[in-house]
Amino acid sequence: MHVGRLLTREASVLERRELKLIRVVDVHKTYLLGEIELSVLKGISLQIARAELVALMGSSGSGKTTLMNILGCLDRPTSGQYWLDGEDVSRLSADQRAVIRNRKMGFVFQNFNLLPRTSALENVMMPLSYSHEHVSEREARRRATSMLERVGLGSRLDHEPSQLSGGQQQRVAIARALINNPSLLFADEPTGNLDSVTSREILSMFRQLNREQGLTIVLVTHDPEVARHAQRTIHISDGSIQDGLRPASAQPYLPGLKGPSEVCA
Amino acid sequence: MKSYRVLRTAFKAIRRNIMRSILTTLGIMIGISAVITMMEIGKGSSSAIQRTISSMGANTLMILPGTASSGGVTFGSGSVMTLTPQDAEAILKEPTVRAAAPVVRARTQVIYRDRNWVPMYIYGTTYDFLEVRDWTDLSDGVVFTEEDVRTGNTVCLVGQTLVRELFRGESPLGKTLRVNNVTFKVIGVLSKKGGNMMGMDQDDILVAPWTAIKFRVSRSTMGSINQSSSSAQDSDVSNGLYPGSRTSLYPVPAENQTTSRPNPVRFTNVDQILVSARSAENVSASISQITELLRQRHRIQAGEPDDFVIRDMTEMTNALTSTSRLMTNLLLGVALISLVVGGVGIMNIMLVSVTERTREIGVRMSVGARGRDILRQFLAEAVVLCLAGGAIGIMIGRGGSYLVRLLLNWPTEISIPAIIAAVVVSVGVGIVFGYYPAWKASRLDPIDALRYE
Repeated sequence: MHVGRLLTREASVLERRELKLIRVVDVHKTYLLGEIELSVLKGISLQIARAELVALMGSSGSGKTTLMNILGCLDRPTSGQYWLDGEDVSRLSADQRAVIRNRKMGFVFQNFNLLPRTSALENVMMPLSYSHEHVSEREARRRATSMLERVGLGSRLDHEPSQLSGGQQQRVAIARALINNPSLLFADEPTGNLDSVTSREILSMFRQLNREQGLTIVLVTHDPEVARHAQRTIHISDGSIQDGLRPASAQPYLPGLKGPSEVCA
Repeated sequence: MKSYRVLRTAFKAIRRNIMRSILTTLGIMIGISAVITMMEIGKGSSSAIQRTISSMGANTLMILPGTASSGGVTFGSGSVMTLTPQDAEAILKEPTVRAAAPVVRARTQVIYRDRNWVPMYIYGTTYDFLEVRDWTDLSDGVVFTEEDVRTGNTVCLVGQTLVRELFRGESPLGKTLRVNNVTFKVIGVLSKKGGNMMGMDQDDILVAPWTAIKFRVSRSTMGSINQSSSSAQDSDVSNGLYPGSRTSLYPVPAENQTTSRPNPVRFTNVDQILVSARSAENVSASISQITELLRQRHRIQAGEPDDFVIRDMTEMTNALTSTSRLMTNLLLGVALISLVVGGVGIMNIMLVSVTERTREIGVRMSVGARGRDILRQFLAEAVVLCLAGGAIGIMIGRGGSYLVRLLLNWPTEISIPAIIAAVVVSVGVGIVFGYYPAWKASRLDPIDALRYE
């Protein structure tokens, strides 16, 4: 009786295995500083599967931010291919990339980057105004409210960023990143401006999102402590990937970390 | 992105920094309010100037009888008598005519006690004469009435020069003077008007009912004084004045009537008709209406020349229009300068705002805003700012012009075109001067924008 279901499951597993969410082949990025060519990425190839929590690690100047910009469709590679969800996005125009970012990606930044003097709710609603599906005002409000409730800020909808702590601001930023139901979340040093306790809360929230919703997360960091939370770490040094894959099993379970639900309560 | 969302975002952005927004739009506010106030004051003074020039006679028309000719000899304008007091009454019914007065002229000696004087003008007319000449405010006494005109009462108004020359400063009211041996009672004194454009003393005047001048004064003198009257004697009623009007114009009065009343049974003509158009713009319309009317009344066939001449004050009308055009252009120039200044202010602050909000632009781009979304947002902000500034400016301007009218007693007039122009211009300024900053914002690279400190 479960044959059909088994088959579909197998098919989906197969498909997932075949079609990685991110596939990057030999990506170069070169900047022109006057006459001098500055090569920042020197032939990066990597794959990230769906529902993976990957850390992109490297010291400053290693090119990890440049790589994240390319992966996040904020920038285009000088050469090489980048398939996102089976679609070659390495040659898209700025407007097309904006649409991809809106539909498929969310960003969390080190300095939160919330709109100042704007309520948490409005901040979370903001991406919906650029969305292609037309979301009514009421629907947008409802979705933003439930998103803020999920990150544990249901009681602070009308607070402005200046009235929120760092951790709360970052949670607003996460809610904003998730409002369009992206399949991919980029976090650029998400804990860089937070104390260690809050950092752990935020990181465990990422883990929970990854585990419970199958959200693919790319954590960009220079901090090994942060990278430890990932299933896999990609080390970047001087524009190339240092070591290959680290088996998912090597990822140790971190006891003593509270889940976000407990934290937020 | 829907337009209402764009507007909402713009409003939010403006509210987020309300102080700066107000300061930004202050330029536009001041500009527009200055424009509105100037336009209202300008329009008020322009119409005040127009009224003044009109009182000098810019919208006055002078209708004179046409020329008579005999055997190729023309006698000049006024040498035929074709105008009647009834013509004046009919002209008054035309819609563009404010006043029409028949005028009978005489030139003879005026005597008061032991002094005598020959006024430059002795005018027999109606009350409308003072209307036409904008001379209704007497310095003393009253104006003669319709009744006086109808019965030919020998009452008169005298000008300041006559007061000086004949009465030597004493009040002429109630005094009697003799005009060609007809006694006239002075019932009013005209206010001082001074010389006219040709330097003729306009105060050297005696104004009386035209019936009195025509039938009492001119009777004995017109043969020598008035050319039109002399020709009148030649072409009497018996000839018939107009083709087709063979019957006499008036019923033949009884014997005792003729002796008891000075009213002669004959065609009554006047020397000219003074007409005042409702406004200087109406002058040309009045001319064509009066021409039409008089041709009809005088039974002039199509193709035949008019038997009258209409003169207008072209020179003055030109002065009037050029004055008001100059005024308008001047105001336009001032308005333009203040609005450009306001616009530059908007551009300046918008550029600062773009720099200041670079991070915000980066965030918006990272969540999927395209260049044109950013462009639209900043443009909408600039336009909303300018429009709000314009609206407040209009209100301040209206208030300002109201205050000017209240405190300085300057004439102001509401100018609807100025308000419409103000709205259009403030939106235009918003678009023109908001475009560059908005374009600059839309061209930002999201990576640089996000990293901007």
